[in-house]
Amino acid sequence: MEYALYELTGRLSHTWLSGFIQTTPYVIPGLQIVHILCVAIVFTAATVTAGRVFGWVERDVEESRVARRFLTSIWKVLPILVLTGSLLVVGEPRRSLLNATFGLKMALLLFAIILTGVLQARVMHLPDGMRRREGRTATIMVSIAFLTLWCTILVAGRWIAYTPTA
Amino acid sequence: MTFRDLIALLENSSIAEAIREGDWLFPSIESVHVIAICATIGSIFILDLRLLNMASRDRPVINLARSVLPLTWIAFVIAATTGFLLFISNASRYLANGYFDTKLVLIALAGANMLVFHFLGGRDLTKWVADARPPSAGRIAGALSIALWVAVVICGRMIGFTMDPT
Repeated sequence: MEYALYELTGRLSHTWLSGFIQTTPYVIPGLQIVHILCVAIVFTAATVTAGRVFGWVERDVEESRVARRFLTSIWKVLPILVLTGSLLVVGEPRRSLLNATFGLKMALLLFAIILTGVLQARVMHLPDGMRRREGRTATIMVSIAFLTLWCTILVAGRWIAYTPTA
Repeated sequence: MTFRDLIALLENSSIAEAIREGDWLFPSIESVHVIAICATIGSIFILDLRLLNMASRDRPVINLARSVLPLTWIAFVIAATTGFLLFISNASRYLANGYFDTKLVLIALAGANMLVFHFLGGRDLTKWVADARPPSAGRIAGALSIALWVAVVICGRMIGFTMDPT
C-alpha cells in the first residue's frame, strides 16, 4: 500500500498538470481560496441543519424545510470541493498522499458524506409520524455525529500542514 | 506608551511565547480560528444571499436575520479571540505583512457596511416579507458584504504565502 502511494506520488508529480499547478503563480493559493470558501458553505449548511435539530436556529421553520434549503447545498458544493481538493493533490502530491492526517481527513470525509445522506433521509424523507415514533434521540445523535465529523474534517485539514510526510 | 511598545509588550507576554514556542498550541488555536471563520462567513452569506434574493426566498428577511445572526456573532467572537492570540504570537511580523493589514481594513469595512445597512438601509426590515425582493439598499449591502468577506478570505490565505520567515 505504502509502495503504491509512493509510486502514485512520483507519477503525479511528473505530470504536465502537476508542473503547471506548481510553477504557475497564484494557482495554488487560488485553488486553496475556492476550497476554503466551499468548506465554509458546507460547514455552515451542516451547522444550521444540526442546529435546527437541536432547536438552536430557524425554530419557526419545519426541520424538513431547513434540511431542504441547507443539506442540498452540501451536494451542490461538494463537486467543487472535490475538484479543487483533487487539483491541490495533483499539484502537491507528496504533501498530501504521503501525509497520515490527509488520509484521516479523506476517511472522515467519506464518513461525513454517508452521514449527510443518512441525516437527509431522516429529516427530509421520513414521514412525520414515523419520525415521532422512532423518537428524537436517533436524529439528535446523528446530528451530533454529523457536526462533530465536519468539525474534525476542518481540524484535520489544518493539521495536514503540521504533520510530517512519510 | 507608544503603539510599538504595546506590540512589544504583547509579543513578549508569556502567553504569546507559549503559542510561539509550543509545538501544538499554534495549530490548535489556528484550527479553532478556521472553524469559527467558516461559520462566520457561511452564516453571513446566508443573509447576504437572501438580501440578493438568491436563496431562502420563502423566509422574511427579519426572521432569517434573527435566527442566523446569533450564530454569526458567537462565531465572530471566537474567530476574533483566536485571531488575536495568533497575532500576538508574532505581532510585529504580522503587522509588517500587507495582506494582514488589508485583512483588518476589510473586516472593518464589512462591519461598517453592516452598521450602515442596519441603521440606514434596513430600518424597515420588517416590511421585507417572504417571497419579496429586498429594495436596492438591501441588495447593495448584500453584494458588498459577500465581496468584502471573500476578499478577507483571500487576504487570510495569502498571509501564509507571504509571511516573512525570519
